[in-house]
Amino acid sequence: MTIEEVRQIILNILADIAPDEDISSIDDNTKLRDQIDLDSMDFLDIVMELRKRFNIEVPEKDYEHLATMAGCVSYLTPLLKDRPLAS
Amino acid sequence: MNKSPSKPSRDWLKGVLSAYDTVVIGSGLAGMTSANLLAKMGHKVLLAEHHYNMGGMATWFKRKGGHIMDISLHGFPCGMIKTLRKYWTQDISQRVVQLKNVRFDNPQFSVNTSFDKIDFTHILRERFGIMKEVIDEFFATARGMNFYDDLVMTTRELFEKYFPGRTDVWRFLMEPITYANGSTLDDPALTYGIVFSNFMDKGVFTYQGGTDHLIKEMKQELLRNGVDIRTHCMVEKIYVDDKTVQGVRINGQDIQCRSVLSNSNLLTTIEQLTGEEHFDPEFIEEVKKVRLNNSSCQVYMGIKKGETVPHVGDLLFSSDADEYCTDKILSKDITSRTFSFYYPEIRPGTNRYSIVSSTNARYQDWANLSESQYRQDKHVLEQNTLDALEKYVPDIRKKVDHVEASTPKTFKRYTLHPSGTSFGTKFEGLKVSRDLPKQINGLFHAGSVGIIMSGWLGAANYGVIVANETDKFLRQLSPSLVTASA
Repeated sequence: MTIEEVRQIILNILADIAPDEDISSIDDNTKLRDQIDLDSMDFLDIVMELRKRFNIEVPEKDYEHLATMAGCVSYLTPLLKDRPLAS
Repeated sequence: MNKSPSKPSRDWLKGVLSAYDTVVIGSGLAGMTSANLLAKMGHKVLLAEHHYNMGGMATWFKRKGGHIMDISLHGFPCGMIKTLRKYWTQDISQRVVQLKNVRFDNPQFSVNTSFDKIDFTHILRERFGIMKEVIDEFFATARGMNFYDDLVMTTRELFEKYFPGRTDVWRFLMEPITYANGSTLDDPALTYGIVFSNFMDKGVFTYQGGTDHLIKEMKQELLRNGVDIRTHCMVEKIYVDDKTVQGVRINGQDIQCRSVLSNSNLLTTIEQLTGEEHFDPEFIEEVKKVRLNNSSCQVYMGIKKGETVPHVGDLLFSSDADEYCTDKILSKDITSRTFSFYYPEIRPGTNRYSIVSSTNARYQDWANLSESQYRQDKHVLEQNTLDALEKYVPDIRKKVDHVEASTPKTFKRYTLHPSGTSFGTKFEGLKVSRDLPKQINGLFHAGSVGIIMSGWLGAANYGVIVANETDKFLRQLSPSLVTASA
């Protein structure tokens, strides 16, 4: 997966979790929860979706990496780089 | 294999599999939500409920004359909409509607409110004369509290800091929360801050269709996702070997499983279902320190067909007590009641009304009465409640044609919770619940614990949190578990 594909995966997950939010204009370097209405349960959903879709386990100590889009992409790209885009 | 002493004539386990990924014990909101999520994640789930109805405390009953009584549909925070949408269905979440008229009536004040931050700020300023800066700081402090805060400060100290000596303000802020989760001024302030802020976000909400509709919808969704639901099925034992869950015994029959998610009471799960011998002695010491929360009494009043009740409020916190006082709220000599008014809008098309009065209560006040004394005390409870309601609904006795009371003994019988606790455990229970899987591989607990995981929203969300842990555990056992397509 490319960096762009990983970013799109995150956007897809966010769209499922927060369907009423405009995610098209997300700024990659600003905290996600400052841009869209996300609570701690929503972040748990991101973790569960990553496990379900890609068997990726994000340990609790790494949750901070998921705070921004840029953080998500740089944390997840090495873990997903050898995976084909899920069908 | 043990045979249960009263084996039911019908085999409620007919067709059951010999093994499951997870057995969920109990179909309260936490149990059902975790079962649903685990099934959606691809696990084989058995949901065992001892009662014939599902829902745990989120339940209802029907009586002659077309009455339907809701036990705990008093109102929940708006966060429930999101929880129902994400972990259940869009259709279920769309039935959530706001309760706009919350009322207080006591010797200190009489107030109507939409029970949200804007209205509370207004009332605190105009009615109680509190400065805007103080109110804003109080809300910010309450909102900023989280699970990782230190536990030194109690709610009493929080109130003393912002509203010193203002017992009227304390009552305004505390009484509804005491009814929501049994907490008191002496519990950790963070438990208050989290729950209060959840409500203040947007107000109080309910489910249109009633509890029976909600649970029916949830049951359908569980079945669609492949959960094996078994009512009339009592889990009698959790089998543990080598610090690892092996299976369960249900109605005398052994069933293997790789994990157990217990929505039974925390102490019952550890002491009775599993057995203390399987845990470290230091852990059991912590378990012994866990205090159960209090129980409840309720009086259910069904309004005659064709009769109406004026709109006197959705939730009414009424009290004759001079001040807010935990002891008085728990006392059998009742001075405080919460009335939940169920108007026809709750079940559109039925045109029926019911009123449920709830009071917090102690199990020991009801547990050891003679049969005749128990009946008599229940009768007194019913009559006193009707007397108290007369003030708000004149001629109430002419309008009702069914009155019935429940006590902590009733709650114990239907939920099997020790001492009939209706709000789980005090704060320390949460850590014990969270630490369970560190003691025994594959053993999880979700349900009303720690005050903050209580109520409909707390229980459902805790079910999600623990389902996540269970899923993580199961995937570590079978890393090859099919990855669902995105």
